[in-house]
Amino acid sequence: MTKNGFWHRAYDLYYEGFRNMTLGKTLWAVILIKLFIIFAILKIFFFPNYIDEHASDENKSDFVANELIERAPG
Amino acid sequence: MTNLLLSIDAGTIDWSRAQFALTAIYHWLFVPLTLGLAVIMGIAETLYYKKRTDFWKKTAQFWQRLFGVNFAMGVATGIILEFEFGTNWSNYSWFVGDIFGAPLAVEGIVAFFMESTFVAVMFFGWKKVSAGFHLTSTWLTGLGATISAWWILVANAWMQYPVGCTFNPDTMRNEMTSFFDVALSPFAIDKFFHTVISSWIIGAVFVIAVSCWYLLQKRHICLAVQSIKIAVVVGLFAALGAGATGHKSGQTIAKVQPMKLAAMEALYEGGNEMGLKIVEGIEIPYGLSLMATNTLDGYVPGIDNLLNGYITADGKVEPSAEEKIQRGKLAIQALADYRKAKAENADEATLDALLATLNRNYEYFGYGYVKDRNDLVPSVPINFWAFRAMVGLGCLFILFFGLVFILIFDIPFISMVFRRLLSAFGLLPETASDQTTPADAIPNWLCWTAVLMVPLAYIASESGWLVAEFGRQPWTIQDMLPTWAAVSDLQSSSVMITFFLFLILFTTMLAVEISILIKQIKKGPEL
Repeated sequence: MTKNGFWHRAYDLYYEGFRNMTLGKTLWAVILIKLFIIFAILKIFFFPNYIDEHASDENKSDFVANELIERAPG
Repeated sequence: MTNLLLSIDAGTIDWSRAQFALTAIYHWLFVPLTLGLAVIMGIAETLYYKKRTDFWKKTAQFWQRLFGVNFAMGVATGIILEFEFGTNWSNYSWFVGDIFGAPLAVEGIVAFFMESTFVAVMFFGWKKVSAGFHLTSTWLTGLGATISAWWILVANAWMQYPVGCTFNPDTMRNEMTSFFDVALSPFAIDKFFHTVISSWIIGAVFVIAVSCWYLLQKRHICLAVQSIKIAVVVGLFAALGAGATGHKSGQTIAKVQPMKLAAMEALYEGGNEMGLKIVEGIEIPYGLSLMATNTLDGYVPGIDNLLNGYITADGKVEPSAEEKIQRGKLAIQALADYRKAKAENADEATLDALLATLNRNYEYFGYGYVKDRNDLVPSVPINFWAFRAMVGLGCLFILFFGLVFILIFDIPFISMVFRRLLSAFGLLPETASDQTTPADAIPNWLCWTAVLMVPLAYIASESGWLVAEFGRQPWTIQDMLPTWAAVSDLQSSSVMITFFLFLILFTTMLAVEISILIKQIKKGPEL
């Protein structure tokens, strides 16, 4: 990989960019905290996939069919 | 069933709706500023590219810095909506996943990667790439965000006008039959242009407000004046464009969601030559017929007409609510019978007959879930006032941008006339020469008005979404699946808990993030 090659320059752009961040460090901290809260806490503890919890892969269409048919007023 | 948010009952359906509304409103605080600021920072950098002055470079970098703060604030706020699909709206997710998933997948793979790649070049590449490549990257960042918006709006447009699909009773899923019917539906095209152009209003208002604040502080005068000049041109174009695209959207809604239009107008008894209400008792003659049909005497059905059935302008008979409900019940029963027959290995003829009944009545499938015809009517107060808030503020923005344009650009004769008029009312100091410097072109009261325009722009923008989503109620997918069929059978208490969890979490995050933005505005450009 030569210093003037595309991949070296691309790497250098990101490396130098991240290294010299000022406001960016704060913003990345905000983003990472937000992503942690969303994926590690909210998704796991508060947002399971409802159908995955109530039906196996083979039975999902039956489960939804039952839900939709049973909810129709008689 | 259709409770106003503030008087929501503890039912699962309403808490799930409230939670989705809260998270969608929160998400939509950031997206329009991203779309709008992208245009302005692109223009600012284009001017740097042409003039190669340090002033324009710093100006472009300043607005890009604020873009970056807003971008970081908005990151991942949309993902929570996808979580809610899987948890709170599981029947909906399964029912439409094959349609909905495609635009969201394209959005994630193409648009997000494009946006995130070029935003890195935009921030990191000032000393690393050529001016031309950097400028291209800035514009492609905005284009990436706009393409993202396209695909999300295609998904939402499909909920309003489900086309390009067929229902598979074996998998219980709607399957896409035409990608282009979905991606290029007239509803999607109208929604895209109207939503994106109205987002440019927010970008323009924001830039003018920040710039006016600098004028009041007597700081960064040159940046403020030049930025106002860019933003007011974008804003005026966008405000007029939003009006034009809104008019087009009105015609599409009249065709495919007439109940939404009737609710927006609090129109119970329709007719020809219908006026457009400003408020009850005051109306623009022929305005509603013009908005809905592009003719002065076009027929516009009211809520009662839609519930009782009526004959359309081209002679087609629109069935009554009861007829639609009956056909919906036939469709659902045919589905149940088909699945039972299939499980029992019935013969092909039996299955074909049941499928034929299902397909014949599938157009009204969702109506089979309706017990009371009044459940088909969305909230009239919310739609009526949200629509008026959006349009009224849209008109205000046209006046605001128009006035700022006339004052900041010294247009021969016209600007002088306006300055004299404002002087006559004591709104501008008299000047002997009828000339004013650009720095003094915007009087203090108009600068403070510009700052006030920021929350008003957000109110207009969110009001538009209230009309779009509340107007579609009770449907999650128009005519296909009402909310009470679409929602997961969760305990209402668990949904309520997550609603308040989000309220606290988002308010805290919003406060933190706004403080970062205000700090950067106070810091100003590095001029």
